[in-house]
Amino acid sequence: MKCRVCREPAIIDIRRHNANFCTEHFVKLCRDQTMKAIDEFDMIAPGERVLVAVSGGKDSLAIWDILLDLGYDADGLYLGLGIGEYSDASGDCARAYARSREARLIEVDLPDDYGYDIPTGARAAKRVPCSACGLSKRHLFDKAAIDGGYDVVVTGHNLDDEAAVLFGNVIRWQTDYLGRQLPVLPARHGFPRKVKPLVRLGEREMAAYCVVKGIDYIVEECPMAAGNKHLGYKEALNAIEATSPGSKHDFYFGFLSRASAHFRPQAEGEQADLLPCTSCGAPTTAEVCAFCRLVERAGGHLPVPEPVPVELGPSRSAPATTTGAHL
Amino acid sequence: MGAVKVLLRNPRRELEVAGAMQVSTLLNRLDINRESVIVIRANTVVPGDAWLNGDDEVEIRPVISGGDFGPADREPAENGPGR
Repeated sequence: MKCRVCREPAIIDIRRHNANFCTEHFVKLCRDQTMKAIDEFDMIAPGERVLVAVSGGKDSLAIWDILLDLGYDADGLYLGLGIGEYSDASGDCARAYARSREARLIEVDLPDDYGYDIPTGARAAKRVPCSACGLSKRHLFDKAAIDGGYDVVVTGHNLDDEAAVLFGNVIRWQTDYLGRQLPVLPARHGFPRKVKPLVRLGEREMAAYCVVKGIDYIVEECPMAAGNKHLGYKEALNAIEATSPGSKHDFYFGFLSRASAHFRPQAEGEQADLLPCTSCGAPTTAEVCAFCRLVERAGGHLPVPEPVPVELGPSRSAPATTTGAHL
Repeated sequence: MGAVKVLLRNPRRELEVAGAMQVSTLLNRLDINRESVIVIRANTVVPGDAWLNGDDEVEIRPVISGGDFGPADREPAENGPGR
């Protein structure tokens, strides 16, 4: 298998492009696809200050790395979630990467700064952990960007993430969410602009990018994500992709070009009703925003039991020829 | 004939698969969808047609990550990136 560009031995085959790439040209492909997304959707203007939401995982470290290589003024923001060893390890990855690039990493710690962690906070607030986590991240990313004078928040959502979200929204015909599923959410109503420059790249490419660039990321899945429905959506889409390469790309980008606009008026109508939270001032549809309600209900519930790791990923039946642990 | 040593993750465990084979064959034998993993040998990624010999050690690393991507508990005013 040879690189499509230089005919040297390839390290990765990307079936939706019907192409293979060597290390050098694979890294170039990732940068080019990121730039193409930034340009196509007007994500980041020259000279703007960028805040990258960094989890310590492959996607957020990859996009931070790509943006720094492309010359963007990009700082990182890491949010400590208090999920036992998982948070310790992911924080270590984020800090190690920042040190290696001499980049600025801002840190916010939920237990220290807000008095709750995700496992207990979710339980106290009667939310599923991923919901409490996402709510906390969105609020604190927004706050850090506004407080720090950043022009744009960058997240590591990739093509697989967006296709899975779209899949879930279509299955349930969540028309309000379909109207807001865009690679760019413009700044308005007190929210900073949020962009997803990895929408043209899959998560397999992002994992490979980190390996070939020597970026140490947290491979273990978050123990709180057990049973997350989006993992199931991704498995379903990957089953389709295996027999029909390019399906995820066509599904997502076909939605953006041919269907998204039909759902936007409803979403924009809802945005018009936002008022400042009476507690923190963040825009909200309620008197007190969801984050302040979460802090009110979850704060003071530390400490929490250590989360139990769960099996996720490529789990299937074990072959008869193998030895060792079950797959 | 040796065996390919295979490291799997989430949870971490090791197994051995007898004989030389291509990466794509290994994944098929383990019933793993190629779209959901990368295969790593000697600190670099290897493509599906790469041959693995009996003394090779490889890692099959899952790439699917979960998290908050969905709208189920998301307030309209707070829709946005959660990662």
